[in-house]
Amino acid sequence: MSQPTQEEVILAEQAKKEAAPGPETEYQGLSQGQIVRKRFFGHSGALVGLAVFALIFIMAFTSVGFAGIPGWWKYNHVDVSPLVNDGVPSVSLWPLAWGEHPFGQDRIGRDLFAMTMRGAQQSIIIMVIIGAIAGLIGAVVGGLAGYFRGWVEAILMRLTDVIIIIPVLLLAAVVAQMANRRDAAGWFSAFAASNGVVVLGIFLGLVSWVGLARLVRGEFLTLREREFVDAARISGASNARIIFKHILPNAIGVLIVNVTLTMSAAILLETALSYLGVGVKSPDTSLGLLISQNQEAFATRPWLFWYPGLFIVAICLSINFIGDGLRDAFDPRQKKFRAKSAVETGRHSSETAPSSAAPGATSTGSAVSGSPADAGES
Amino acid sequence: MLSYVVRRLATAALILLGASFLVYLLTASSGDPLADLRASNAPNRQQLMDARSQLLDLDTPAPLRYFKWLGGAAQCLVPFAGSCDLGRSVTGQPITEALGIALIQTLTLVTGATVLAILIGITLGIVTALRQYSALDYGVTFMAFLFFSLPIFWVAVLLKEFGAIGFNNFLRNPVIPLPVSIGTGLVLGVVVAVAVGGELKRRLISGGVVFALVTAVMVYFSATLWFKTPGLGPVVIAIAGVGMAFAVTTLVSGLKNRKALQSALITVGLGLIAYFAVQPLLDQATGLMIFLLAIATVLVGVGVGYLMGGYDRGQSMRAAGITAFLMGGLVTVDRFMQAWPAYFSNSRVRGRPIATIGAGTPNLQGDYWIMTIDTFTHLILPTIALILVSLASYTRFTRSSMLEIMNMDYIRTARAKGLSERSVIMGHAFRNALIPLATIVAFDIGALIGGAVITESVFSVHGMGFLFLDGITHIDPNPVMGVFLCVAITAMVFNLIADLAYSALDPRVRIKA
Repeated sequence: MSQPTQEEVILAEQAKKEAAPGPETEYQGLSQGQIVRKRFFGHSGALVGLAVFALIFIMAFTSVGFAGIPGWWKYNHVDVSPLVNDGVPSVSLWPLAWGEHPFGQDRIGRDLFAMTMRGAQQSIIIMVIIGAIAGLIGAVVGGLAGYFRGWVEAILMRLTDVIIIIPVLLLAAVVAQMANRRDAAGWFSAFAASNGVVVLGIFLGLVSWVGLARLVRGEFLTLREREFVDAARISGASNARIIFKHILPNAIGVLIVNVTLTMSAAILLETALSYLGVGVKSPDTSLGLLISQNQEAFATRPWLFWYPGLFIVAICLSINFIGDGLRDAFDPRQKKFRAKSAVETGRHSSETAPSSAAPGATSTGSAVSGSPADAGES
Repeated sequence: MLSYVVRRLATAALILLGASFLVYLLTASSGDPLADLRASNAPNRQQLMDARSQLLDLDTPAPLRYFKWLGGAAQCLVPFAGSCDLGRSVTGQPITEALGIALIQTLTLVTGATVLAILIGITLGIVTALRQYSALDYGVTFMAFLFFSLPIFWVAVLLKEFGAIGFNNFLRNPVIPLPVSIGTGLVLGVVVAVAVGGELKRRLISGGVVFALVTAVMVYFSATLWFKTPGLGPVVIAIAGVGMAFAVTTLVSGLKNRKALQSALITVGLGLIAYFAVQPLLDQATGLMIFLLAIATVLVGVGVGYLMGGYDRGQSMRAAGITAFLMGGLVTVDRFMQAWPAYFSNSRVRGRPIATIGAGTPNLQGDYWIMTIDTFTHLILPTIALILVSLASYTRFTRSSMLEIMNMDYIRTARAKGLSERSVIMGHAFRNALIPLATIVAFDIGALIGGAVITESVFSVHGMGFLFLDGITHIDPNPVMGVFLCVAITAMVFNLIADLAYSALDPRVRIKA
């Protein structure tokens, strides 16, 4: 009987350790925003993602210029220049060199660096537009449905159901057709012809909000039943005040995280649509379009294929890591430091336990395996 | 319950009506279906245009055309009437017929990939959850994010280049250079050393064994030109079978349950005997026969487990049944390998077996094995591509679900009452972690029918996605509507199934009746 007491001592010590000022007190006296910021900047993957994305963003927007402002790179995505060394990329790590055409040239002599940068620009623009529109509509629709319930919810959610089953590809094709009809009169086709990317982004944003709306609605449904909402209502707060002051700040985490994930999916969506020929169209360029145009040339000019692809992966990966960091930062259940200490204590107890429990327990142990019901009760 | 289902179905029907109307109008208004004819210089241009206008009924405005289409489609609801009419495509083919062909193509492409992705994803998710914050966890997490960020068309082109063209070139003279063998062994050894966990000594031993084994096998393959005439042979099957018997028993019942282990080992022995017995039979194989044999194999395994009994008969039966199935798989793989040289030197294949496009070699003649190998060699690249891009979500989802479960009180109770770690994980944690996964899997199966539009277009498989894309580019609403109907109906039905399954699996969840 000496074994249990020993364990009791250990458990008591652990309990003391947990009760003592642990990791939780680190956040004492900080506002919600400060805690989130602190957690986010403690997440190394997210920081790397942020750095990579910032680098790509600055490079893409300054190198080839944006909105009429010229950039520092000497070529742009349509200029044809004489082939240098048959278009082989001149960038090299050792010796570190940038060269005339760092990413090489295509068959007719366009500079791939300029094209890739332009493509990255377009992809980022589309991503941001989709994220903003989807986030806004998703928050409004989900919030209204979740807060007011009743017929508002019924109508909005059925609308969501209708939109969720309409294939995105079809909408993209329709937009592409409209943008292509340059001869047609009307302000819309004129606008679409000159700003194809923006229009594509807006349309994709108009259909990407459905998932967000469902999540936000779920969040609102649980939050509106909480005591602090009742308290606010009793003290005479208006609906708008309850929504914006009390519920939305608590639901903002879910919203931000999922907007980030929608944005990373948006990058892949745009590149896929451009690849299929219904997204961004030539003479403008995008990363997906570059790959689609150059996939036949893989055997002769593989760099035309590598660089745009690597940029897609880099952008998407960095956004995903940022999203992961945000999720960890916003998730109130997330106890990063606890989890590690839990592993240690788990190991600790397993070191002390087996000496008493080894032979007898295993024979009964295998008999229990077939019962999910008894395990699922709690 | 019933009223809930009926209500859900009624709502679904209304949503379907609304959405299909929108889809029809969008497709019809997305462009001019006569554009290519208008631009052509054919002398009978006007005639062709008239013919197409007639075929697609272009003189009727699109909203009215939708209701005409709806009238035809409504006949599909009448069972066994055989008057299902979804219209015709631009080429005059009835949509119902085109859908049937496309559906088969899509299902052969997507089913295997989805099943494999689910299996691998769940396994990886559970392993990473059990080794949270280990090097393996970080590695797999990073890979999951990477795969999640990969554009599938990019992966597909890379696979075509290195998987197909590179591998075919390699097969011409399948000699593996020694550095490659050692390098592969080293990589796998390091992966295993990281994955096993535990003490440093145990890791080093496991890694070293794997390194030596892999390198030796690759050198052997290279020396005997194994890739020209692959095969397993009874010895390898026996060794692999015994290994599988131990692995399956460890997972199903734990090695302490001797009866289960014995049943599994007996099954392996029976499998070896069967290996020699069924060879003549396998020469006349058909798909149905393989299927029946698979069922018979599992039944034999379960029977062995039943006869062996033990204090827990169910466990013996399960262990032996799974082992029997895997043994059957090995024997089948061996038979496929026997057919490989014949396939390889076939005049249609001409020594370049891994295909980059299409769903089968045209005009290929051969028995069941040759034809099935042909399907496999065409499926392998799209399958790998699909697995890579869909693996990540399963892995992440299983991991988080498993982590949540492992922190539950009942897991602590199970540990506290002295259960082995195996029973805690397999019996208590794993099963409950699968409940939320059932929803995801049901969704994905519902979406399966839609096909993988991009994968299909990269690998030129003429499935549902291709039909859809083709309809869009030709501004032809009928195929688009056909695909849309199939996709939407399966998606909705499986959503309903997901909700019902969730409440059936988890008694805490009640559906609002």
